[in-house]
This record gives sequence, structure tokens and C-alpha cells, in this order.
Amino acid sequence: MASLNLLIFVSLIYVAFLFAVAFGAERAALRGQGSWLRSPLVYTLSLSIYCTAWTFYGAVGYAARSGMEYLTIYLGPSLVMIGWFWAVRKMVRIGRSQNITSIADLISSRYGKSTLLGVLVTVLAVVGTTPYIALQLQSVTLAVAAFSQADVTMRPLGDQNSTALWVAAGLAFFTVLFGTRNLDANERHHGVVMAVAVEAVVKLFALVAVGVFVVWGIGGGVGATLERIDASPLGTWSVAPDRWLALTALSAAALLCLPRMFQVMVVENEEERHLRTASWAFPLYLMAMSLFVVPIAVVGLDLMPAGENPDLFVLSLPLAEGRSGLALLSFLGGFSSATSMVIVASIALSTMVSNHIVMPIWLSRQAGGAMVSGDVRSVVLLSRRLSIVGVLLLGYFYYRVSGGSTALAAIGLISFSGVAQFLPALLGGIFWRGANRIGALAGLLIGGGVWLWCLFLPSFGPGVILSAETMADGPFGVGWLRPYALFGIAGLDPLVHGVFWSLLLNTTALVGLSLFTFPTPMERLQGAQFVNVFDHTAGARGWSGGMAQSEDLMIMAQRILGAAEAQEMFRRAALAQGLEGYLPEPTADFLQMLERDLAGSVGAATAHAMIGQITGGANISVEDLMAVADETAQIMEHSSQLEAKSAELARTARQLRAANEKLTLLSVQKDAFLSQISHELRTPMTSIRAFSEILRESGDLDVTTRTKYSGIIHEEAERLTRLLDDLLDLSVLENAQVRLTLAEVRLRAILDRAVAATGASGRLRLVRRGAEEMVLNTDMDRLSQVFINLISNAQKYCDAESPELTISAREMDGLLIVDFVDNGTGIAPDSQALIFEKFSRIGHQQAGGAGLGLAICREIMARLGGSITYLPGQQGAGFRVTLPMHGAMAAQ
Amino acid sequence: MDKTVLLIEDEPNIIEAISFILMRDGWRVATHSNGVDAVGAVATRRPDLVILDVMLPGRSGYDILRDLRAAEETAELPVLMLTARGQTRDREMAEQLGASRFMAKPFSNAEMLEAVNDLVRS
Amino acid sequence: MTDRRPLFLERSSYRQRRLGDAARMLPVFGGVLMMLPAIWQRGEAEGAPATSSAMIYVFGGWVALSVAAFVLARWLDPSVTEPSGDAAGSTRGR
Repeated sequence: MASLNLLIFVSLIYVAFLFAVAFGAERAALRGQGSWLRSPLVYTLSLSIYCTAWTFYGAVGYAARSGMEYLTIYLGPSLVMIGWFWAVRKMVRIGRSQNITSIADLISSRYGKSTLLGVLVTVLAVVGTTPYIALQLQSVTLAVAAFSQADVTMRPLGDQNSTALWVAAGLAFFTVLFGTRNLDANERHHGVVMAVAVEAVVKLFALVAVGVFVVWGIGGGVGATLERIDASPLGTWSVAPDRWLALTALSAAALLCLPRMFQVMVVENEEERHLRTASWAFPLYLMAMSLFVVPIAVVGLDLMPAGENPDLFVLSLPLAEGRSGLALLSFLGGFSSATSMVIVASIALSTMVSNHIVMPIWLSRQAGGAMVSGDVRSVVLLSRRLSIVGVLLLGYFYYRVSGGSTALAAIGLISFSGVAQFLPALLGGIFWRGANRIGALAGLLIGGGVWLWCLFLPSFGPGVILSAETMADGPFGVGWLRPYALFGIAGLDPLVHGVFWSLLLNTTALVGLSLFTFPTPMERLQGAQFVNVFDHTAGARGWSGGMAQSEDLMIMAQRILGAAEAQEMFRRAALAQGLEGYLPEPTADFLQMLERDLAGSVGAATAHAMIGQITGGANISVEDLMAVADETAQIMEHSSQLEAKSAELARTARQLRAANEKLTLLSVQKDAFLSQISHELRTPMTSIRAFSEILRESGDLDVTTRTKYSGIIHEEAERLTRLLDDLLDLSVLENAQVRLTLAEVRLRAILDRAVAATGASGRLRLVRRGAEEMVLNTDMDRLSQVFINLISNAQKYCDAESPELTISAREMDGLLIVDFVDNGTGIAPDSQALIFEKFSRIGHQQAGGAGLGLAICREIMARLGGSITYLPGQQGAGFRVTLPMHGAMAAQ
Repeated sequence: MDKTVLLIEDEPNIIEAISFILMRDGWRVATHSNGVDAVGAVATRRPDLVILDVMLPGRSGYDILRDLRAAEETAELPVLMLTARGQTRDREMAEQLGASRFMAKPFSNAEMLEAVNDLVRS
Repeated sequence: MTDRRPLFLERSSYRQRRLGDAARMLPVFGGVLMMLPAIWQRGEAEGAPATSSAMIYVFGGWVALSVAAFVLARWLDPSVTEPSGDAAGSTRGR
């Protein structure tokens, strides 16, 4: 037989095991190792806190009493998770992007950070959840009692209340330990989630084990069990359609609204993609949890003595069959269901109570507000811990008051319908931008009121809170306010009646008042953020790691505080943390200090938003942005305008300076150029004019002189023409208007043409050598113009006894190189830099050039993609013409 | 009239033209076509008049004029400046440095003769 | 299937959108499927289904819906539906 001592021993071992799991998970998460903590499987399993002791024990009782109706409780959530693409995904995204900590926070944030809404939701949640917690305590107590009854060696357990108290105290201890372990930036509770996931496995395993035992161990297989079911009192379909519909909808709503579900589904969500696993795995889990409920109920009804509580069939059947091991497992399953629910629910509720009730009160009583609050953390921690203890105490008292009399299922449904009142405000908030605070408040108040009146208060039983007369005739005889027949419409199932009216009036108030009142700007902003959350948060973003954040913070701080100050501050902070260098860990303390420092420079709201931007990725709340906008919009605009203007001014000044310099330079160049042009034009004209006057006025000149003077006039006129040609040529080249006529030409052909054009018969002897057979893709006319210029320069300026020009071509490094070297005295080093400038004539002018030749050559070579340079270090004047070989091919 | 003019000019055709005009008018014409030793040439030739081109190889006509005016013997020597640039700035500069007369190229032969004769007469 | 690389981007994003539609329609379809029992005959009435048949219908539909959800979850491209990695929520100060 099962021994109570063994039960207690195993339970303690199990609890110790859970502590170890939670502790290990926390440690792993702290060390950053626990990647397995973040698996989608753990997430899905943690969602299973939906299945509480109500499921584990109560579902069988439910089925024994009402047949297949219990399925609605699991079908509703399954459909919601299958439809994750609608609501759950959006809630998770909003929760992550807005840093939502609870369902109360979500609703409060959505409706303009309304404190009143937060309080209302919190109160309703506490009222709705307390019976549920009582239910868990009751189930554990009942289970222990069932064991002690079966244990003939033990005296009957005298005081069941003490069991409940011990369980409550133990749960409070566990929850405080792992639920409020730290209040660092990370709101997630890895230890708790891991323990819950383990418990989820245990409870599923236990229930399936009992189910397998019942079907195959007692029922004789699937077929036999099904026959047995059909032959039982539950043999035919008997679910009322209204309840089937209403309960499915109710449980679906509960999945979204239950504070504990919000906690695991949204707040503890590690990665959004875990949802896609949960979308199919969670319905399967629920299905598995529901699968054996009917067989257990039927077999229990068959085998157990009449009057045995069907809520405990899961436990009492194995006990009655003498399977104490299975019973022990079953007890652990129920224990797991109860404890995991209580732990998560009390964490969720304590967060809500602390954030929406305790902290606002505490802050309003602090004179300095949040500015002097280095100890806010400890206050928050304390208030959360007290809230957890308070919630559990409340549950315990409810259990004591209600005396464990009501059926588990009834309590569960009342609880569901209470939190379902959040649904209109929740769905309206995330899908309808028009929903506003007044509507949400009215909806919650009316819906909550109707729920209280029609469902919660009557649930204590007639005569406990509401008198039998009130139930029958309405308060003070007002018939249309009868709790089970509002507006005189009687005959409905009480639960369906209550759910119907509360949600209908709730929704009507929300929609109606939202349509006819105006939201505050904050509400409108938040509404847009929530409803359009997928538009704002698409794609990956965020900060890779702690040090990266520090670096970003440092960059920001340097911008605001100045490099030296910021570096000194970061260095001191790092030193205080025992680190070397300039990058401290971005701890809460450090961020707070940094924010304070920054606030001195840019204002509190801006500093907060800036740090939030860096540490929280996209998580700047609208409040922050609003404050920033309010505080600094004008200053920012003003200063940015000033900045823009002064930058613009500086830019313009720079441009002006540059333009001025260029103009001055151009003016000097233009003057020089004009004066050069003037000189070059006037000089030949002087001769022409003088000699033409002489010829005209002196008829007595001999023929020789006449011919000579005419010759001079002709020569100077030609010089003028040449000059004008060159000037036009240069102008065209400089303005890049020249059109090149590219063709494949052999180098030799170009040189031959140039030599012919210069009248090579002169004194100058030409020596040609090298790779003249190369074929170039170039403009033959232009290139030969360059060569002509170089050859005629040599003709004019080479001052050797027997002038000689060597033209040598070769290929080097993909370049075609043609050198023109004469045997004259060359060009003095200080003039070499000038020869390619316009009108720069070195030495005597007798040759009659205008000094534009080399300037033209330089322009031509630039157009052809090559260059012409003076080649120093030769025996005479040397010029090197270089052309890229692309387009130039070696001849075969 | 047995006056001597020293023509300092580098363009051979211009030298030929001016020489022809002046010699036909009865002048003795000496020429010098280099800026570098032009001052020395003036000192040795001791002309009655100097026709000085501004753009000379080796040395600017202005520098030569400045030297001439600085030297005692040539301080009063009539100097006719010739320039092919003909800009106002050149004229001002020439006057500032003490050129007796300034002519822009191209000039008419009559103009040249008149200027030269004026300068010697005064 | 998630790894297949369609030739045209337009085609794949079109497919993703239709898969999103399917993900939205699935719960509606499941709701209709699961509301059918509401109009069954019940109790002693003629034609009321046996509990075993009802169980087979409900649990069968349940598994089918889960499988459909599984298939959709596999086909839906995560980059289309959600941010990759634990980015936005890595630090949650409040």
C-alpha cells in the first residue's frame, strides 16, 4: 500500500529536484550558456501551465459530470494557438517591442499609460485568479488526503488546512526565490520557466501513464474501452450547444487574457519564432492531456464506489487498483500542475500589483520622485516579494473561506470568465486604433461588474454573499437585475448567461464610448504603435553584446559630454567594476549614472531615450519620444537650424574663397595670356605695317629690296596665320571639344608622315630606330601633329654643329614609348618645367614660333590617353611620348 | 643732321624696318638685339636717342630703362619705349620709369619719325 | 521546403503571402470544424452520436489541425513573419 511518508518523501525529493533545475537554469543563463533554455520546446512546455490541477484532476471530474463538455476548455486555446498568426503573434511582438511586463501593463500602455486602467486590470486579475490559486491548494490537499485515507498504517490526517498552508508557504518560498531573484534588465525567469517545463513533462507523462493503465490495464484495449464508454452513462453525445460554443470561446479568450498565460507566452518569450513551434505543439499537448480523460472517467465511474469524488479518479483509481507507484506518479503530476500554475500566476500577479499599485503609491509619496531613487530597485523587489506572499495568502484564505466545497470545474470557469473581461480591451487595443481609454475603462468596469454580479458572487452559493431572495427576485426586488436572468431574460444557462451579458456589455461600452469620445495624443500614438506593430518592428535589429553596447554608449557620451570627460567617466566606471580600459559592463547602476550625467547636458527625457535606444534596441517608448519632443523639439530645431546655417555659411565661404582664388588665378593667367597674345599678334603686324608703308610710300626702291620687303610681309603674315591656327587648335583641345578619329595605324606610317610634313630635307639628320612596326589604335592626324611639332622644334632649336634627332620607339610595361632626342644643348633644368606652358619660348625667338606648340602637344597627348614629358639626362633635348598599349597592338 | 639712334629690339624684321625708315630720314642707326648687355651698349655707343623694346631676351626693357635713368650720363637721354603689349598698365609703367615717349606696336612709319625727331629737338 | 530557392523573388513572396493567408484561415476553418458538435443531436434523441464516435471526430480533427499548423509553420519563412534572433527583447529594462 501507498505510504503517506513515502509520498511526502518523494514530494520533497521532487521539490528539491525542481529547485535544482531552476537553480541550474538560472546559473546557465547567467553564464550565457543555456542555449537549450531558449529552445522552442521549452517555450511550448512552459505554455502548458494552462493545464493546471483543474485539468489534471478536474477534467476527469468534469467529464464524469458533464460528458464531453470538458473538451471545450482545451479546444478553445488550441484554436487560438493554431491561429497564432492573428493575435498571439501580435501580442508577442508588441510585448517585446514595448517592453510589456504583464497584461495590465499591455492594456495600460495601449490606452495612454493609464494608471487607472492598470489598477483596474490588476484588481480584476487578482480577484479572478485568487479562486484559481485556492483551487490548486485544494487539489493538492485533496490528493494528500486521498493518499492518507488509502494508507491504513497512518492515522487519519487531522487538519487538511495545515497541508494547504504548508503548500502555500513552500510555493511562496520557491516563487520569491526564483521569481524575484533579480531585477536586472532581463525580466525573464529562466529558472522558473525551466522548472515549469519540467513539470509540464511530468504532468503529461503522469496523466498519459494513468490513461494507458486505464485503457490497456483495466479497460482491455482501445476497442473494449470505446465500447465501455458507449455503454456508460456518458455513452451518447450530450453537450448543450450553447455551452459548447460559449465555453470554447471563453477558454480561447482565457488563453489570451490569463495573467499567467500572458507571463509565459509574452513576457517570458525568448524568440518570436518559438511561436511557430508552439502553434502546433501546444494544441497537440492539450490534445494529449485530454485524450484519456473520458476513459478514466468512465472506468472510474464503473469501478469506484458511488459518492467517490470523480475529481480524484486520476489518483484514486491507481490507488484502488493497488498501483501505488502509478498513484505516486499521478500525485506528482497533479502536484506539478498545481505548483507550476501557482508559481507563474503569483509572479504575474505580483508584477502587476507591484508595478501598477505599489510603485505608483510609493513614488507619489517620495518627494523627489524618481530622481533620488538609487534604491528603487530594492523597493520594487520588496514589493514584488510581498505581493507574491500576499497573493498566495489571499488564495489560502479563499480556500479556507470557500471550504473546498465547490467543484473544481465551476471555480475554473468563473475565473476564466473574469479574466475574459480583458478581451475586448485587449483585442480592441491591438487591432483597432479607434479604441480609447474611456471606452476601455467603461467596458472593463461594466463587464467586471456584470461578471461580479452574475458569476463571481453567486459562485459562493446561495446565502453566502448573495441571499437566496436576491438570487430569486433580484436586489431589493428589482426583477430585471436577477443575477441569472438579467433584463428579465430567464432560462439561460447561468454561465452562458453571465459570459454573454458581461462580454456583450463590455464590448458595447468599449466600442460605443470609443466612437463618441476623443483619445489623448498619447493614446493615439500608442494605438498606432500597437496596431501597426508589424510595420515598425520588421527585420532584425539590436545590439550584439554587452561590450558593443558599452562602446556605443561611449561614442554617444563622447558626443555629448566631450571626449576627455566621457573617457574619464567610463574609465572610472570600469575601474569601479574591477575592469581595465574604458568599457565598463552596461549594468543598471552604470546606465543610471550615465543617464544622470547625460541629463545634465541634454535633458532628462532625451538622455533616457538615448540610453534606451542603445541598450534596448528599438524599445524607446512613445512616452520617451513625446517627452523628448516636448522638451527639446524647439531647442533642437533652433540649434540645428543654426548649425545648418553656420555650416552652410562656412561652406559658402569656402566655396567663395576657392572661387576667388580661382578667379584671381584665372585673371592673372588671362592677363598674362592676353598680353602674350597681344605681343604675338602685334609683333608680326608691326613688321607688316612698317614694310607695307615703306613699299607704298617709296617708289624708288630697287627690285631686290622690294622683293625682300614683300617677302618679309608674306613671312610675317604666314606667322600670324600660324599663330591664329594654333590658338584655335589649343582652345578646341582645352575645351575637350576635339573629336578623335580612331583608327588602326602603324607607328611607322605616322612617323613617315610627320617627317615628310616637316620637310626633313633640312639640316637636321633623322635617326629612326626601334619597334616602328607596332600598330596603334589612335588618331593619326593628332599624333602626327605631336610628332611634327617635336621634329620641327628640333629643327628650330637644335644648336649642334650637325644637328641630329634620334627617334626611338619601344614597348615597356604595356606602354608605347617614343623618344625624340636631339644632340643640342637641351633645355636648362629650371626651364624644363615651363616648356609645356603656353607662350613659353626658351631662348631666342628667331624661329618664329608662337610658343604654343608644346602646349598643344600636351593637350593632344592627354586626349589620346597618353602623355608627353621632357626627358632629362640625354645628350640634348629629349622628349618622351607615351601611349597606353591598350588599343595598340604589336604587329605580327 | 647727324644724330645717332640706338635701336634695342630683338625682332630682326622690325629692326630692318625701323632702320630703313630712320636711315632714309638721315639718322645713323645702331642696333642691339639683346637685353642683357643693352645698358653697356648705350654707354659705349653714346647715342642721341634710344629706341627700347620692352620684351627683350634676357632682360626686360623696363629694367634697362631704370638702369639708364639711374646712371648720371644717361639720366636725361631721350628714350622711346616700344611695346607689343600696348596695355594701359605698360604705358603707365613706362612713364613712371621715365620713358620720354611710349609707342605701341604696330605704329605708322610717319608716327615713328615724328616721335624720334620730336625727342631729339626738345 | 524552407530551403528551396524559387527562381523568382516575386513568386516566393507571393507564395509566402498566400501561406500567411492560410495561417489566418486555419483557425477559422478549425473553429467551424469544432463547432459542428454543437448542432449534433444529443442525449436520448434519435441519431445522437455515440461518445466514441464523437471522440474520434474531435480528436481526429484536432490532430489534423495540428498537423496543418505544423506544415504551415514549416513553410512560412521566418524572415517574412518575424525578426530573426533574440534582438528586440534581449534587454528588457523597466
